[in-house]
Amino acid sequence: MPSDSAAFLPFPAQRRMQVKPLVLLALLAVIAVGLFLTLGVPAGAWEFALSFRAGKLAGLILVAFAIATSTQLFHAATRNQILTPSIMGFDALYLMIQTSLVFGMGAMATLDIDPVVKFTAEVLVMMGFSTALFLWLFTARSRDLHLLVLVGIIFGTLFRSLSNFISRMIDPNEFVVVQGAMFARFNAVNIDLLWISIGLTALTLPVLWHMRHQFDVLALGRETAIGLGLRYRRVMFAAFGMIGLLVSVSTALVGPVTFFGLLVVHLAYRILPGARFAPTLLASSLIAIITLVGGQAIYEHVLGLQGTLSVVIDALGGITFLYLLLKGVRR
Amino acid sequence: MIKISHVSHQIAGASILNDVSLMIPRGGITALIGPNGAGKSTLLSLIARLTPLQGGQITVDGADVTTTPTDALARRLSILRQDNSVAARLTVADLVGFGRYPHHKGRPTAEDHAHVEKALEMMGLHPLSGRFLDELSGGQRQRAFVAMVLAQDTDYVLLDEPLNNLDMKHARQMMERLKEAARVSGKSFVIVVHDINFAAAYADLIVALKDGRLHSLGTPEEIVNRPCLRDVFELDIAVETVGGHPFALHQIAPEPLVES
Repeated sequence: MPSDSAAFLPFPAQRRMQVKPLVLLALLAVIAVGLFLTLGVPAGAWEFALSFRAGKLAGLILVAFAIATSTQLFHAATRNQILTPSIMGFDALYLMIQTSLVFGMGAMATLDIDPVVKFTAEVLVMMGFSTALFLWLFTARSRDLHLLVLVGIIFGTLFRSLSNFISRMIDPNEFVVVQGAMFARFNAVNIDLLWISIGLTALTLPVLWHMRHQFDVLALGRETAIGLGLRYRRVMFAAFGMIGLLVSVSTALVGPVTFFGLLVVHLAYRILPGARFAPTLLASSLIAIITLVGGQAIYEHVLGLQGTLSVVIDALGGITFLYLLLKGVRR
Repeated sequence: MIKISHVSHQIAGASILNDVSLMIPRGGITALIGPNGAGKSTLLSLIARLTPLQGGQITVDGADVTTTPTDALARRLSILRQDNSVAARLTVADLVGFGRYPHHKGRPTAEDHAHVEKALEMMGLHPLSGRFLDELSGGQRQRAFVAMVLAQDTDYVLLDEPLNNLDMKHARQMMERLKEAARVSGKSFVIVVHDINFAAAYADLIVALKDGRLHSLGTPEEIVNRPCLRDVFELDIAVETVGGHPFALHQIAPEPLVES
Protein backbone atom coordinates (compact mmCIF):
# COMPACT_ATOMS: atom_id res chain seq x y z
CA MET A 1 0.00 0.00 0.00
CA PRO A 2 1.73 3.12 -1.16
CA SER A 3 1.41 5.96 1.29
CA ASP A 4 2.32 9.08 -0.61
CA SER A 5 1.88 11.47 2.26
CA ALA A 6 4.17 9.59 4.61
CA ALA A 7 7.17 10.40 2.37
CA PHE A 8 9.65 7.90 3.70
CA LEU A 9 9.30 8.70 7.32
CA PRO A 10 8.97 5.51 9.31
CA PHE A 11 7.51 7.49 12.17
CA PRO A 12 4.10 9.00 11.54
CA ALA A 13 4.46 10.77 14.86
CA GLN A 14 7.29 12.85 13.48
CA ARG A 15 5.08 13.92 10.63
CA ARG A 16 2.22 14.82 12.89
CA MET A 17 4.61 17.08 14.77
CA GLN A 18 5.06 19.10 11.59
CA VAL A 19 1.36 19.83 11.08
CA LYS A 20 0.87 22.02 14.12
CA PRO A 21 3.60 24.58 13.41
CA LEU A 22 2.50 24.75 9.77
CA VAL A 23 -1.11 25.47 10.72
CA LEU A 24 0.10 28.11 13.17
CA LEU A 25 2.28 29.76 10.52
CA ALA A 26 -0.60 29.72 8.04
CA LEU A 27 -2.82 31.45 10.62
CA LEU A 28 -0.17 34.10 11.26
CA ALA A 29 0.20 34.63 7.52
CA VAL A 30 -3.57 35.12 7.17
CA ILE A 31 -3.49 37.65 10.02
CA ALA A 32 -0.58 39.49 8.37
CA VAL A 33 -2.47 39.65 5.09
CA GLY A 34 -5.59 40.87 6.88
CA LEU A 35 -3.64 43.58 8.65
CA PHE A 36 -1.98 44.67 5.45
CA LEU A 37 -5.29 45.02 3.64
CA THR A 38 -7.30 46.70 6.38
CA LEU A 39 -5.00 48.74 8.63
CA GLY A 40 -5.58 52.46 8.50
CA VAL A 41 -8.06 52.51 5.66
CA PRO A 42 -9.98 55.79 5.88
CA ALA A 43 -13.78 55.48 5.93
CA GLY A 44 -15.31 55.57 2.48
CA ALA A 45 -12.06 54.70 0.71
CA TRP A 46 -12.38 50.94 1.06
CA GLU A 47 -12.83 50.11 -2.57
CA PHE A 48 -9.88 52.17 -3.70
CA ALA A 49 -7.63 51.05 -0.86
CA LEU A 50 -8.38 47.38 -1.31
CA SER A 51 -7.77 47.32 -5.04
CA PHE A 52 -4.62 49.39 -4.59
CA ARG A 53 -3.29 47.25 -1.79
CA ALA A 54 -4.24 43.93 -3.39
CA GLY A 55 -1.74 44.52 -6.20
CA LYS A 56 1.02 45.31 -3.74
CA LEU A 57 0.04 42.35 -1.61
CA ALA A 58 0.26 39.99 -4.57
CA GLY A 59 3.71 41.38 -5.33
CA LEU A 60 4.93 40.92 -1.77
CA ILE A 61 3.61 37.35 -1.55
CA LEU A 62 5.26 36.55 -4.85
CA VAL A 63 8.57 37.98 -3.62
CA ALA A 64 8.28 36.08 -0.35
CA PHE A 65 7.73 32.79 -2.18
CA ALA A 66 10.45 33.50 -4.75
CA ILE A 67 13.11 34.33 -2.18
CA ALA A 68 12.27 31.44 0.16
CA THR A 69 12.16 28.93 -2.70
CA SER A 70 15.30 30.07 -4.43
CA THR A 71 17.24 30.05 -1.16
CA GLN A 72 16.06 26.57 -0.23
CA LEU A 73 16.78 25.18 -3.69
CA PHE A 74 20.22 26.72 -3.50
CA HIS A 75 20.88 25.06 -0.16
CA ALA A 76 19.78 21.67 -1.46
CA ALA A 77 21.84 21.98 -4.63
CA THR A 78 25.03 23.28 -3.04
CA ARG A 79 24.90 21.26 0.15
CA ASN A 80 25.53 24.21 2.37
CA GLN A 81 23.29 26.25 4.57
CA ILE A 82 25.09 29.59 4.72
CA LEU A 83 25.32 30.80 1.19
CA THR A 84 22.21 32.04 -0.55
CA PRO A 85 21.69 33.22 -4.12
CA SER A 86 21.67 36.84 -3.02
CA ILE A 87 24.79 36.54 -0.87
CA MET A 88 26.44 35.08 -3.96
CA GLY A 89 25.38 38.13 -5.93
CA PHE A 90 22.65 36.57 -8.05
CA ASP A 91 20.53 39.69 -7.71
CA ALA A 92 23.53 41.83 -8.57
CA LEU A 93 23.93 39.71 -11.69
CA TYR A 94 20.36 40.58 -12.62
CA LEU A 95 21.03 44.29 -12.06
CA MET A 96 24.18 44.00 -14.13
CA ILE A 97 22.18 42.57 -17.03
CA GLN A 98 19.78 45.50 -16.76
CA THR A 99 22.50 48.14 -16.54
CA SER A 100 24.39 46.63 -19.45
CA LEU A 101 21.22 46.73 -21.50
CA VAL A 102 20.76 50.46 -20.87
CA PHE A 103 24.47 51.01 -21.48
CA GLY A 104 24.40 49.09 -24.74
CA MET A 105 21.14 50.33 -26.19
CA GLY A 106 20.58 53.67 -24.54
CA ALA A 107 17.77 54.47 -22.14
CA MET A 108 15.32 55.58 -24.80
CA ALA A 109 15.60 52.39 -26.81
CA THR A 110 15.28 50.36 -23.60
CA LEU A 111 12.12 52.19 -22.64
CA ASP A 112 10.65 51.57 -26.08
CA ILE A 113 10.70 47.81 -25.66
CA ASP A 114 7.54 46.30 -24.26
CA PRO A 115 8.38 45.80 -20.55
CA VAL A 116 6.92 42.27 -20.60
CA VAL A 117 9.06 41.23 -23.56
CA LYS A 118 12.10 42.87 -22.03
CA PHE A 119 11.54 41.21 -18.68
CA THR A 120 11.02 37.76 -20.21
CA ALA A 121 14.24 38.16 -22.18
CA GLU A 122 16.10 39.25 -19.06
CA VAL A 123 14.80 36.26 -17.13
CA LEU A 124 15.96 33.91 -19.89
CA VAL A 125 19.44 35.48 -19.99
CA MET A 126 19.58 35.28 -16.22
CA MET A 127 18.60 31.59 -16.21
CA GLY A 128 21.30 30.86 -18.76
CA PHE A 129 23.93 32.79 -16.83
CA SER A 130 23.10 31.29 -13.49
CA THR A 131 22.99 27.68 -14.65
CA ALA A 132 26.28 28.07 -16.50
CA LEU A 133 28.04 29.86 -13.67
CA PHE A 134 26.87 27.66 -10.88
CA LEU A 135 27.15 24.36 -12.64
CA TRP A 136 30.73 25.29 -13.27
CA LEU A 137 31.28 26.32 -9.66
CA PHE A 138 29.45 23.54 -7.92
CA THR A 139 30.17 20.48 -9.98
CA ALA A 140 33.89 20.96 -9.47
CA ARG A 141 35.53 18.14 -7.59
CA SER A 142 36.42 19.81 -4.36
CA ARG A 143 33.65 21.51 -2.48
CA ASP A 144 35.28 22.91 0.59
CA LEU A 145 32.68 25.02 2.33
CA HIS A 146 34.95 27.83 3.40
CA LEU A 147 36.33 28.17 -0.09
CA LEU A 148 32.77 28.29 -1.36
CA VAL A 149 31.76 31.07 1.03
CA LEU A 150 34.81 33.05 0.00
CA VAL A 151 34.23 32.53 -3.72
CA GLY A 152 30.57 33.39 -3.25
CA ILE A 153 31.22 36.66 -1.53
CA ILE A 154 33.85 37.60 -4.09
CA PHE A 155 31.40 36.88 -6.90
CA GLY A 156 28.74 38.96 -5.18
CA THR A 157 31.14 41.87 -4.85
CA LEU A 158 32.29 41.45 -8.44
CA PHE A 159 28.78 41.62 -9.86
CA ARG A 160 27.84 44.57 -7.69
CA SER A 161 31.01 46.46 -8.64
CA LEU A 162 30.61 45.71 -12.35
CA SER A 163 27.04 46.88 -12.23
CA ASN A 164 28.13 50.06 -10.41
CA PHE A 165 30.94 50.59 -12.85
CA ILE A 166 28.67 50.39 -15.86
CA SER A 167 26.14 52.66 -14.24
CA ARG A 168 28.86 55.24 -13.72
CA MET A 169 29.73 55.17 -17.39
CA ILE A 170 26.24 55.81 -18.64
CA ASP A 171 24.67 59.20 -19.02
CA PRO A 172 23.25 60.48 -15.68
CA ASN A 173 19.88 60.95 -17.34
CA GLU A 174 19.88 57.41 -18.52
CA PHE A 175 21.00 56.20 -15.12
CA VAL A 176 17.65 57.29 -13.71
CA VAL A 177 16.07 54.46 -15.68
CA VAL A 178 18.06 51.78 -13.84
CA GLN A 179 18.42 53.55 -10.53
CA GLY A 180 14.98 52.53 -9.35
CA ALA A 181 15.90 48.88 -9.68
CA MET A 182 18.99 49.12 -7.51
CA PHE A 183 17.50 49.48 -4.07
CA ALA A 184 15.03 47.30 -2.23
CA ARG A 185 11.72 48.99 -1.77
CA PHE A 186 8.83 46.95 -0.51
CA ASN A 187 6.45 49.88 -0.48
CA ALA A 188 6.72 50.44 -4.21
CA VAL A 189 6.28 47.04 -5.83
CA ASN A 190 6.77 47.16 -9.57
CA ILE A 191 3.14 46.55 -10.58
CA ASP A 192 3.82 46.64 -14.35
CA LEU A 193 5.61 43.34 -14.14
CA LEU A 194 3.20 41.71 -11.71
CA TRP A 195 1.22 39.60 -14.18
CA ILE A 196 4.19 38.28 -16.08
CA SER A 197 5.92 37.57 -12.76
CA ILE A 198 2.93 35.64 -11.50
CA GLY A 199 2.92 33.68 -14.76
CA LEU A 200 6.63 32.87 -14.65
CA THR A 201 6.55 31.92 -10.98
CA ALA A 202 3.52 29.70 -11.55
CA LEU A 203 5.64 27.73 -14.03
CA THR A 204 7.90 26.60 -11.20
CA LEU A 205 5.08 25.16 -9.07
CA PRO A 206 4.43 21.93 -11.00
CA VAL A 207 8.19 21.38 -11.34
CA LEU A 208 8.74 21.89 -7.62
CA TRP A 209 5.90 19.52 -6.75
CA HIS A 210 6.99 16.87 -9.21
CA MET A 211 10.63 17.02 -8.12
CA ARG A 212 10.20 17.53 -4.38
CA HIS A 213 11.53 14.07 -3.48
CA GLN A 214 14.41 14.47 -5.90
CA PHE A 215 15.48 17.66 -4.11
CA ASP A 216 15.55 15.70 -0.86
CA VAL A 217 17.95 13.23 -2.45
CA LEU A 218 19.95 16.05 -4.06
CA ALA A 219 20.59 17.54 -0.62
CA LEU A 220 22.47 14.36 0.34
CA GLY A 221 25.30 15.43 -1.94
CA ARG A 222 26.44 14.48 -5.41
CA GLU A 223 27.93 11.05 -4.75
CA THR A 224 25.16 9.77 -2.50
CA ALA A 225 22.53 11.15 -4.88
CA ILE A 226 24.07 9.40 -7.88
CA GLY A 227 24.44 6.22 -5.84
CA LEU A 228 20.70 6.38 -5.21
CA GLY A 229 20.07 6.67 -8.94
CA LEU A 230 19.27 10.40 -9.14
CA ARG A 231 19.84 11.97 -12.55
CA TYR A 232 22.11 14.46 -10.92
CA ARG A 233 22.90 16.89 -13.73
CA ARG A 234 19.27 17.12 -14.80
CA VAL A 235 18.10 17.89 -11.28
CA MET A 236 20.89 20.46 -10.85
CA PHE A 237 19.88 22.14 -14.11
CA ALA A 238 16.27 22.28 -12.98
CA ALA A 239 17.28 23.71 -9.60
CA PHE A 240 19.56 26.40 -10.98
CA GLY A 241 17.15 27.30 -13.78
CA MET A 242 14.42 27.89 -11.23
CA ILE A 243 16.78 29.81 -8.95
CA GLY A 244 17.65 32.14 -11.86
CA LEU A 245 13.99 32.67 -12.65
CA LEU A 246 12.89 33.29 -9.07
CA VAL A 247 15.74 35.67 -8.29
CA SER A 248 14.92 37.66 -11.44
CA VAL A 249 11.29 37.89 -10.39
CA SER A 250 11.99 39.07 -6.87
CA THR A 251 14.72 41.51 -7.91
CA ALA A 252 12.57 42.96 -10.67
CA LEU A 253 9.63 43.47 -8.32
CA VAL A 254 11.32 44.93 -5.24
CA GLY A 255 15.07 45.12 -5.88
CA PRO A 256 17.89 43.24 -4.14
CA VAL A 257 17.49 42.00 -0.56
CA THR A 258 20.67 40.37 0.63
CA PHE A 259 19.90 38.42 3.80
CA PHE A 260 16.15 37.96 3.74
CA GLY A 261 16.29 34.45 2.26
CA LEU A 262 18.83 33.27 4.80
CA LEU A 263 16.70 34.56 7.65
CA VAL A 264 13.41 32.93 6.67
CA VAL A 265 14.89 29.62 5.56
CA HIS A 266 16.86 29.22 8.78
CA LEU A 267 13.77 29.98 10.83
CA ALA A 268 12.02 27.22 8.89
CA TYR A 269 14.91 24.80 9.55
CA ARG A 270 14.56 25.59 13.25
CA ILE A 271 10.79 25.23 13.37
CA LEU A 272 10.74 21.94 11.44
CA PRO A 273 14.04 20.23 12.23
CA GLY A 274 14.80 17.33 9.94
CA ALA A 275 11.76 17.94 7.74
CA ARG A 276 11.70 17.22 4.02
CA PHE A 277 11.96 19.74 1.22
CA ALA A 278 8.23 20.21 0.67
CA PRO A 279 7.06 20.92 4.24
CA THR A 280 10.14 23.07 4.86
CA LEU A 281 9.37 25.06 1.73
CA LEU A 282 5.82 25.60 2.93
CA ALA A 283 7.13 26.80 6.29
CA SER A 284 9.79 29.12 4.85
CA SER A 285 7.36 30.65 2.36
CA LEU A 286 4.82 31.28 5.12
CA ILE A 287 7.50 32.81 7.35
CA ALA A 288 8.59 35.01 4.45
CA ILE A 289 5.00 36.16 3.90
CA ILE A 290 4.52 36.87 7.60
CA THR A 291 7.74 38.88 7.78
CA LEU A 292 7.27 40.80 4.56
CA VAL A 293 3.53 41.44 4.53
CA GLY A 294 3.17 41.82 8.30
CA GLY A 295 6.29 43.97 8.55
CA GLN A 296 5.20 46.16 5.67
CA ALA A 297 1.72 46.58 7.19
CA ILE A 298 3.20 47.77 10.45
CA TYR A 299 5.74 50.04 8.79
CA GLU A 300 3.35 51.66 6.39
CA HIS A 301 0.29 52.02 8.50
CA VAL A 302 1.34 51.99 12.12
CA LEU A 303 4.76 53.59 12.24
CA GLY A 304 4.26 55.69 9.15
CA LEU A 305 7.84 54.99 8.12
CA GLN A 306 8.40 54.40 4.47
CA GLY A 307 10.84 52.05 2.84
CA THR A 308 13.01 51.09 5.78
CA LEU A 309 11.68 47.57 6.25
CA SER A 310 14.38 46.24 3.95
CA VAL A 311 17.03 47.71 6.23
CA VAL A 312 15.56 46.04 9.31
CA ILE A 313 15.16 42.70 7.54
CA ASP A 314 18.68 42.82 6.15
CA ALA A 315 20.05 43.74 9.56
CA LEU A 316 18.31 40.75 11.16
CA GLY A 317 19.42 38.51 8.31
CA GLY A 318 22.96 39.83 8.54
CA ILE A 319 23.08 38.97 12.23
CA THR A 320 21.82 35.47 11.39
CA PHE A 321 24.58 35.15 8.80
CA LEU A 322 27.26 36.18 11.28
CA TYR A 323 25.83 33.87 13.93
CA LEU A 324 25.91 30.92 11.51
CA LEU A 325 29.46 31.70 10.45
CA LEU A 326 30.69 32.03 14.03
CA LYS A 327 28.85 28.95 15.22
CA GLY A 328 30.75 26.93 12.62
CA VAL A 329 28.12 25.67 10.30
CA ARG A 330 27.06 22.10 10.16
CA ARG A 331 28.21 20.65 6.92
CA MET B 1 29.57 -10.60 -12.16
CA ILE B 2 31.33 -7.27 -12.37
CA LYS B 3 33.58 -7.20 -15.40
CA ILE B 4 36.27 -4.56 -15.56
CA SER B 5 38.11 -4.37 -18.87
CA HIS B 6 41.13 -2.23 -19.61
CA VAL B 7 40.20 0.58 -17.26
CA SER B 8 42.62 3.47 -17.03
CA HIS B 9 42.06 6.66 -15.11
CA GLN B 10 43.92 9.91 -14.61
CA ILE B 11 43.31 12.75 -12.20
CA ALA B 12 44.98 16.05 -13.05
CA GLY B 13 47.49 14.30 -15.28
CA ALA B 14 48.52 11.76 -12.65
CA SER B 15 47.80 8.17 -13.54
CA ILE B 16 45.59 6.57 -10.88
CA LEU B 17 44.61 3.35 -12.65
CA ASN B 18 46.53 1.79 -15.46
CA ASP B 19 44.88 -0.77 -17.74
CA VAL B 20 43.10 -2.71 -15.01
CA SER B 21 41.14 -5.78 -16.11
CA LEU B 22 39.48 -8.11 -13.67
CA MET B 23 36.28 -9.99 -12.93
CA ILE B 24 34.55 -9.88 -9.58
CA PRO B 25 32.34 -12.96 -9.24
CA ARG B 26 28.75 -12.91 -8.13
CA GLY B 27 28.10 -13.84 -4.49
CA GLY B 28 30.42 -13.66 -1.52
CA ILE B 29 32.84 -11.07 -0.27
CA THR B 30 35.62 -9.66 -2.40
CA ALA B 31 38.22 -7.57 -0.60
CA LEU B 32 40.27 -4.89 -2.33
CA ILE B 33 43.63 -4.36 -0.67
CA GLY B 34 46.72 -2.35 -1.46
CA PRO B 35 48.80 0.53 -0.14
CA ASN B 36 47.49 4.11 0.02
CA GLY B 37 47.07 5.56 -3.42
CA ALA B 38 46.85 2.18 -5.15
CA GLY B 39 43.57 3.21 -6.79
CA LYS B 40 41.11 1.18 -4.71
CA SER B 41 38.65 3.97 -4.04
CA THR B 42 38.88 5.25 -7.59
CA LEU B 43 38.07 1.79 -8.90
CA LEU B 44 34.99 1.58 -6.68
CA SER B 45 33.86 5.05 -7.78
CA LEU B 46 34.21 4.03 -11.41
CA ILE B 47 32.24 0.82 -10.93
CA ALA B 48 29.50 2.81 -9.21
CA ARG B 49 29.52 5.48 -12.01
CA LEU B 50 30.24 8.24 -9.46
CA THR B 51 33.23 9.17 -11.58
CA PRO B 52 32.84 9.01 -15.37
CA LEU B 53 34.99 6.39 -17.07
CA GLN B 54 37.90 7.79 -19.06
CA GLY B 55 39.02 4.58 -20.71
CA GLY B 56 37.90 0.97 -20.72
CA GLN B 57 34.60 -0.61 -19.90
CA ILE B 58 32.81 -1.82 -16.77
CA THR B 59 29.72 -4.00 -16.80
CA VAL B 60 27.61 -5.23 -13.90
CA ASP B 61 25.81 -8.45 -14.84
CA GLY B 62 26.19 -7.40 -18.46
CA ALA B 63 24.89 -3.85 -17.96
CA ASP B 64 27.38 -1.20 -19.02
CA VAL B 65 27.68 1.32 -16.19
CA THR B 66 28.03 4.31 -18.51
CA THR B 67 25.00 3.56 -20.67
CA THR B 68 22.58 1.89 -18.26
CA PRO B 69 20.00 4.34 -16.86
CA THR B 70 21.28 5.47 -13.51
CA ASP B 71 18.10 4.64 -11.60
CA ALA B 72 18.05 1.09 -12.97
CA LEU B 73 21.66 0.69 -11.88
CA ALA B 74 20.77 1.96 -8.40
CA ARG B 75 18.49 -1.07 -7.97
CA ARG B 76 21.34 -3.38 -8.85
CA LEU B 77 24.36 -1.82 -7.21
CA SER B 78 24.93 0.41 -4.19
CA ILE B 79 27.99 2.17 -2.84
CA LEU B 80 29.25 3.51 0.44
CA ARG B 81 31.98 6.07 0.05
CA GLN B 82 34.89 6.73 2.30
CA ASP B 83 33.92 10.14 3.58
CA ASN B 84 30.29 10.59 4.32
CA SER B 85 28.68 13.76 5.53
CA VAL B 86 25.28 15.27 5.06
CA ALA B 87 24.50 18.97 5.21
CA ALA B 88 20.82 18.55 5.87
CA ARG B 89 19.61 17.69 9.35
CA LEU B 90 18.47 14.08 9.18
CA THR B 91 17.58 11.38 11.65
CA VAL B 92 19.13 7.94 11.38
CA ALA B 93 15.81 6.44 10.29
CA ASP B 94 15.39 9.12 7.60
CA LEU B 95 18.88 8.52 6.25
CA VAL B 96 18.38 4.76 6.10
CA GLY B 97 14.99 5.43 4.48
CA PHE B 98 16.75 7.19 1.61
CA GLY B 99 18.33 3.86 0.76
CA ARG B 100 14.90 2.81 -0.51
CA TYR B 101 14.59 5.80 -2.85
CA PRO B 102 15.64 3.86 -5.98
CA HIS B 103 12.71 1.51 -5.39
CA HIS B 104 9.89 3.83 -4.40
CA LYS B 105 10.97 7.24 -5.80
CA GLY B 106 9.46 9.02 -2.84
CA ARG B 107 6.37 6.90 -2.20
CA PRO B 108 7.39 4.18 0.23
CA THR B 109 5.39 1.01 0.61
CA ALA B 110 5.12 -1.33 3.55
CA GLU B 111 7.85 -3.39 1.92
CA ASP B 112 10.18 -0.38 1.94
CA HIS B 113 9.55 0.18 5.63
CA ALA B 114 10.31 -3.50 6.29
CA HIS B 115 13.65 -3.17 4.50
CA VAL B 116 14.53 -0.09 6.54
CA GLU B 117 13.65 -1.91 9.75
CA LYS B 118 15.80 -4.84 8.71
CA ALA B 119 18.79 -2.65 7.89
CA LEU B 120 18.47 -0.77 11.19
CA GLU B 121 18.31 -4.08 12.99
CA MET B 122 21.28 -5.48 11.13
CA MET B 123 23.50 -2.56 12.10
CA GLY B 124 22.18 -2.45 15.67
CA LEU B 125 20.75 1.03 15.18
CA HIS B 126 17.27 0.60 16.63
CA PRO B 127 17.99 2.51 19.83
CA LEU B 128 19.42 5.39 17.75
CA SER B 129 16.88 5.53 14.96
CA GLY B 130 15.27 8.80 16.09
CA ARG B 131 18.56 10.59 16.70
CA PHE B 132 19.94 13.24 14.36
CA LEU B 133 23.14 12.37 12.52
CA ASP B 134 25.06 15.28 13.99
CA GLU B 135 24.32 13.93 17.46
CA LEU B 136 26.10 10.63 16.80
CA SER B 137 29.68 9.48 17.24
CA GLY B 138 31.78 8.77 14.17
CA GLY B 139 31.30 5.02 14.46
CA GLN B 140 27.54 5.28 14.95
CA ARG B 141 27.25 7.54 11.91
CA GLN B 142 29.32 5.09 9.89
CA ARG B 143 26.90 2.31 10.81
CA ALA B 144 23.98 4.50 9.79
CA PHE B 145 25.50 5.03 6.34
CA VAL B 146 26.19 1.33 5.94
CA ALA B 147 22.58 0.63 6.94
CA MET B 148 21.38 3.03 4.26
CA VAL B 149 23.36 1.16 1.62
CA LEU B 150 22.07 -2.18 2.90
CA ALA B 151 18.48 -0.91 2.80
CA GLN B 152 19.00 -0.27 -0.90
CA ASP B 153 18.95 -4.08 -1.13
CA THR B 154 21.04 -4.46 -4.27
CA ASP B 155 22.76 -7.57 -5.59
CA TYR B 156 26.08 -5.77 -5.52
CA VAL B 157 27.20 -3.67 -2.58
CA LEU B 158 30.43 -1.69 -2.80
CA LEU B 159 31.79 -0.54 0.55
CA ASP B 160 34.79 1.76 0.77
CA GLU B 161 36.28 1.16 4.20
CA PRO B 162 33.07 0.21 5.99
CA LEU B 163 35.02 -0.43 9.18
CA ASN B 164 36.16 3.21 9.46
CA ASN B 165 35.72 4.54 12.99
CA LEU B 166 34.23 1.30 14.27
CA ASP B 167 35.28 -0.22 17.57
CA MET B 168 36.37 -3.86 17.69
CA LYS B 169 32.96 -5.18 18.58
CA HIS B 170 31.14 -3.39 15.81
CA ALA B 171 33.86 -4.08 13.26
CA ARG B 172 33.67 -7.81 13.85
CA GLN B 173 29.88 -7.72 13.99
CA MET B 174 29.68 -5.90 10.69
CA MET B 175 31.93 -8.39 8.92
CA GLU B 176 29.99 -11.32 10.36
CA ARG B 177 26.70 -9.83 9.21
CA LEU B 178 27.98 -9.08 5.74
CA LYS B 179 29.24 -12.66 5.49
CA GLU B 180 25.87 -13.91 6.67
CA ALA B 181 24.01 -11.73 4.16
CA ALA B 182 26.26 -12.98 1.38
CA ARG B 183 25.61 -16.58 2.38
CA VAL B 184 21.83 -16.32 2.91
CA SER B 185 20.76 -13.99 0.12
CA GLY B 186 23.58 -14.51 -2.35
CA LYS B 187 24.59 -10.86 -2.32
CA SER B 188 28.02 -9.74 -3.50
CA PHE B 189 30.04 -7.38 -1.36
CA VAL B 190 33.11 -5.61 -2.66
CA ILE B 191 34.91 -3.97 0.22
CA VAL B 192 38.03 -1.93 0.67
CA VAL B 193 39.56 -2.89 4.00
CA HIS B 194 42.59 -1.49 5.67
CA ASP B 195 43.10 -4.24 8.18
CA ILE B 196 44.37 -7.11 6.08
CA ASN B 197 43.28 -9.62 8.72
CA PHE B 198 39.61 -8.80 8.19
CA ALA B 199 40.13 -9.54 4.52
CA ALA B 200 41.96 -12.76 5.36
CA ALA B 201 39.24 -13.95 7.73
CA TYR B 202 36.07 -12.98 5.87
CA ALA B 203 36.78 -12.53 2.18
CA ASP B 204 36.24 -15.23 -0.41
CA LEU B 205 38.47 -13.46 -2.86
CA ILE B 206 41.19 -10.88 -2.36
CA VAL B 207 42.23 -8.46 -5.07
CA ALA B 208 45.52 -6.67 -4.52
CA LEU B 209 46.15 -3.39 -6.31
CA LYS B 210 49.45 -1.59 -6.44
CA ASP B 211 50.39 1.63 -8.24
CA GLY B 212 47.17 1.61 -10.23
CA ARG B 213 47.66 -1.89 -11.56
CA LEU B 214 46.19 -5.25 -10.67
CA HIS B 215 48.91 -6.89 -8.65
CA SER B 216 47.39 -10.25 -7.81
CA LEU B 217 44.10 -11.96 -7.18
CA GLY B 218 43.33 -15.07 -5.21
CA THR B 219 42.06 -16.74 -2.06
CA PRO B 220 43.18 -15.35 1.31
CA GLU B 221 45.83 -18.07 1.50
CA GLU B 222 47.21 -17.11 -1.89
CA ILE B 223 47.47 -13.42 -1.09
CA VAL B 224 48.02 -13.13 2.63
CA ASN B 225 51.48 -14.64 2.88
CA ARG B 226 54.87 -13.14 3.54
CA PRO B 227 56.27 -12.88 -0.02
CA CYS B 228 53.07 -11.58 -1.57
CA LEU B 229 52.43 -8.97 1.14
CA ARG B 230 56.05 -7.86 0.93
CA ASP B 231 55.61 -7.30 -2.74
CA VAL B 232 52.29 -5.43 -2.44
CA PHE B 233 53.01 -3.27 0.61
CA GLU B 234 56.81 -3.18 0.44
CA LEU B 235 56.85 -4.26 4.03
CA ASP B 236 58.10 -7.44 5.62
CA ILE B 237 55.17 -8.97 7.49
CA ALA B 238 55.15 -12.25 9.38
CA VAL B 239 52.07 -14.38 8.70
CA GLU B 240 50.79 -16.99 11.14
CA THR B 241 47.78 -19.25 10.90
CA VAL B 242 45.04 -18.60 13.45
CA GLY B 243 41.80 -20.57 13.44
CA GLY B 244 42.41 -21.75 9.92
CA HIS B 245 42.92 -18.21 8.55
CA PRO B 246 46.19 -16.57 7.66
CA PHE B 247 46.90 -13.86 10.18
CA ALA B 248 49.34 -11.05 9.44
CA LEU B 249 51.32 -9.60 12.33
CA HIS B 250 51.77 -6.30 10.56
CA GLN B 251 52.12 -4.14 13.66
CA ILE B 252 55.61 -5.37 14.52
CA ALA B 253 58.72 -6.06 12.48
CA PRO B 254 59.26 -9.83 12.17
CA GLU B 255 62.34 -11.85 12.92
CA PRO B 256 64.50 -11.70 9.82
CA LEU B 257 63.78 -14.62 7.50
CA VAL B 258 66.74 -16.98 7.24
CA GLU B 259 67.19 -17.81 3.59
CA SER B 260 68.11 -21.47 3.16
